[in-house]
Amino acid sequence: MKIKTIKRSADDYVPVKSTQESQLPRNLNPELHPFERAREYTKALTATKMERMFAKPFVGQLGYGHRDGVYVIAKNYRNLNKLATGSADGVIKYWNMSTRDEVCSFKAHYGLITGLCVTPEHLSKNKNDNFMLSCSDDKTVKLWSVNSEDYVNLKDDEQLNTTSGLLKTFYSDIAFQGIDHHRSNSNFVTGGAQIQLWDSNRSTPLSNLSWGADNITTVKFNQNETDIFASAGSDNSIVLYDLRTNSPTQKIVQTMRTNAICWNPMEAFNFVIGNEDHNAYYYDMRNMSRAINVFKDHVSAVMDVDFSPTGDEIVTGSYDKTIRIFKTNQGHSREIYHTKRMQHVFQVKFSMDSKYVISGSDDGNVRLWRSKAWERSNVKTTKEKNKLEYDEKLKERFRHMPEIKRISKHRHVPIVVKKAQEIKNIELNSIKRREMNERRTRKDMEFRSERKKQIVGTVFQYEDKNVKKDKELKDSNKI
Amino acid sequence: MTPSTNNRKAKRAPKQRENQSKFERPGGNNEKKLNYKQIKDKKLKAGLKKIDDEYRHAVASAAATEYLLPESIGFMEAEDEMEKTFKVKQSEIKSSVDVTTANKAMDLQLKEFGPYNINYSRNGTHLLIAGRKGHVASMDWRKGVLRAELNLNESCFDAVYLQNEQFFAVAQKKYTFIYDHEGVELHRLKQHIEARHLQFLPYHYLLATAGETGWLKYQDVSTGQLVSELRTKLGPTTAMTQNPWNAIMHLGHSNGTVSLWSPSMPQPLVKLLSARGPINSIAIDRSGYHMVTTGADKSMKIWDIRNFKELHSIENLPTPGSNVTISDTGLIAMSRGPHVTLWKDALRSNREAKPCYGSMGGNANRNVPYMSHMFPGNKINNIQFVPFEDLLGVGHETGVTNLIIPGSGEANYDALEINPYETSKQRQEQEVRTLLNKLPADTITLDPNVIGTVDNSASGTRLTAKDLAEITAQSLNQHKENKDIPEIKPDVKGKNSGLRSFLRKKKQNVIDERKLRVQKQLEKEKSSRQRNSKIRSGEISEDHKDLVGEALGRFS
Repeated sequence: MKIKTIKRSADDYVPVKSTQESQLPRNLNPELHPFERAREYTKALTATKMERMFAKPFVGQLGYGHRDGVYVIAKNYRNLNKLATGSADGVIKYWNMSTRDEVCSFKAHYGLITGLCVTPEHLSKNKNDNFMLSCSDDKTVKLWSVNSEDYVNLKDDEQLNTTSGLLKTFYSDIAFQGIDHHRSNSNFVTGGAQIQLWDSNRSTPLSNLSWGADNITTVKFNQNETDIFASAGSDNSIVLYDLRTNSPTQKIVQTMRTNAICWNPMEAFNFVIGNEDHNAYYYDMRNMSRAINVFKDHVSAVMDVDFSPTGDEIVTGSYDKTIRIFKTNQGHSREIYHTKRMQHVFQVKFSMDSKYVISGSDDGNVRLWRSKAWERSNVKTTKEKNKLEYDEKLKERFRHMPEIKRISKHRHVPIVVKKAQEIKNIELNSIKRREMNERRTRKDMEFRSERKKQIVGTVFQYEDKNVKKDKELKDSNKI
Repeated sequence: MTPSTNNRKAKRAPKQRENQSKFERPGGNNEKKLNYKQIKDKKLKAGLKKIDDEYRHAVASAAATEYLLPESIGFMEAEDEMEKTFKVKQSEIKSSVDVTTANKAMDLQLKEFGPYNINYSRNGTHLLIAGRKGHVASMDWRKGVLRAELNLNESCFDAVYLQNEQFFAVAQKKYTFIYDHEGVELHRLKQHIEARHLQFLPYHYLLATAGETGWLKYQDVSTGQLVSELRTKLGPTTAMTQNPWNAIMHLGHSNGTVSLWSPSMPQPLVKLLSARGPINSIAIDRSGYHMVTTGADKSMKIWDIRNFKELHSIENLPTPGSNVTISDTGLIAMSRGPHVTLWKDALRSNREAKPCYGSMGGNANRNVPYMSHMFPGNKINNIQFVPFEDLLGVGHETGVTNLIIPGSGEANYDALEINPYETSKQRQEQEVRTLLNKLPADTITLDPNVIGTVDNSASGTRLTAKDLAEITAQSLNQHKENKDIPEIKPDVKGKNSGLRSFLRKKKQNVIDERKLRVQKQLEKEKSSRQRNSKIRSGEISEDHKDLVGEALGRFS
């Protein structure tokens, strides 16, 4: 007779020394894990509740902010913790985000600062040099040096407000609106009554790229496909330019004005625009006959948009005094940020590590927000990290369950915004209803998709895929 | 290798293994393959494909790691035709196994307070014994440490550990009590009267009791609330067990039925007729597939409780089976007077698997008992397999005995689920963790995986907007026409008025809209009653109209 029983020696499982971790053998047989799904669901529910409990999006403001509204913010693409802001009283400040203090501050212009950009460092011989370009209503573009070491010893505000960092001034006969620098070489473009291309080594513009006579309000270089840039003008148009041919390539006109443009940092051909009609639109520059996606939720004009460096999220700031974060593949925001004191938001930017959002608003403060309201940036133990990752996965898996959905989607929205949302809903529904009624009697009425509604026209027509196919068929038949 | 081929290799479906089916979840994707071509939504298609792939990978990798498990299952095999495993005696087994296992086959001689009821804690470290005459003891049986000993001077019928060995409940003569690890009485559950069977649902923190009263009661031991009371309407409960897979309670009744209960349903979910006399005992395997019942009519039946079909039935046991239980590995143990008999592989559906007793036709392929044991001149009170050990605990008239049953225990435990070697720190952490993951009592259903799935029939049963509007309109009308309060009856005497008694029943100090309506109706009733009396006394004619009153009445 062969007999064997389970021989489990306690020595294998019980730690010998107190410092030793005890053995935790696993057995993945599902029979040992009853109520697997139900328990996971409970965990997911707890995780969702914890997420909302930990949601504290506001980190703080930078220094004491500006004395006037903050209308321009420029990211330093190569430095995680530096940021430049400009306000309506002509003051530019350069910030250190990790200490939340200002590095330097200039009384730069005699008017509203309309454009600001931090220029690439490698243009200078010294790798640590930092430059900044600002433009203004006062018909000047100024080049500044903002090396942090220069200002280490300056503590006094009086001294801070000197113009000692000014390196160069470019003069023109038009008031500038919007400026952006080329990613790698020394070119920059300015908007205004004309769109001009400059070289930072010369004092006069290289060329004038204007197409049509209208005012250009914003210009933006593509950071990947570096010779391409886009502009938005007061004639509700968006124009794309190519520096290699030194000419505009496409122009589309929308029903309302575009306030901001941002290129997708991961997909070079996509960009998002913030529009006056409360929406942000996501375009593919290869086919601008329709938007790829429409981001709806704001109840007032979208003043600024910015891409997360990961390219899958955008942040929008709006005239309705709120900031929203959208996923690029979804139409509605996943997050809304607001505070009692924040006024119309004119500038929002993602930090270069995608962890934070910076906002500048009418009230003169520069605010720092977490891009994931419940996330904390402290160093975590492996256990903690694993737990958070597991929780994320659980939340994702059970996100459609009614209770979890309700909890994770619930946001407190200011009463003004809520009311405006209601009114907007009623209006939109009535328009829809009217159109439906009209369609009932007019069968030939053209259907316009939500992604095409905002487009008035494009200069160069895109061939419709289906039409093209038909044409080819016809051609082949002829042959 | 080019990158593209490399990529393709990574995407290929994982290797199918023999043991894969063990790790498949019921309702897993392999049963009915989705036809992806039919799905038009690209995002949905990609999402479903991803979930499918993840599931398949999880199952495959779980199956692939199975051979890494440190322990192997026990067994007893005959080496030739003449040897029979059921003839092997415990003394022979004891002499041929290692010392530690032999030591575990303890034998407690407790002659005074028997018969004894036993309960092993979920991780198998502790043993709780309850003598019918009031002797209750909790012990760490492997180390031989007595944790609590009580002499209650009252009959005790059943005792169970709660979430861990720190607390236990005892069903005494009238009430059920909860004691802590030192034997201090913590609670007297006065709603659980004359309980004879106790079960603890570890994932829901529910203590379920049933007994002479015929009520099944669920008490949440973490909050102390009585979750539900269910009236079985079938007389005293003769047997009770829980389905460890879905936490459904199976009750046996004296008319031979087995009823399945969930705390959220006032009626039994299922009723089965399983014996022609009272049900003596019920056992369910850990996967929740099979149920075994023994009845006082000397029958033993094996059911498949996924489709409620009888697999095997033995009708002719010499004496009725008093207890039955199923081990983690699927051994059936049945006790009958002084005898314990075990069968292997009896949960299969083919005819050869039918557990056979005695010669039963002499078929060579018949499923003869795997093992058997007898306690001479004794009577077995209850049996339970020791978790994660090759042991069967037997409580009988004169104490408690552990029988060595090779191949009855789960060899590899999962330490994050139940850990037989847990330290007190781990035990405390586990308690907190299980409390955080406590499942709500009303989620107990026949299919435990129904949560998180889409109800295909939902659109059919859900109310449409139209129906919903109708219902709300209906209830509004009911209010308008005073259908929700008693009618006006002018012929009834004032103090007998339904409206008055309605007012009396409602809280005196609360005035709500309904109460105001009732008061108004009462006024109306009174005036019409007075009018009736006036007509009767001839004061006014039947068609008399109070013109002034009528004119002003519209303002009332």
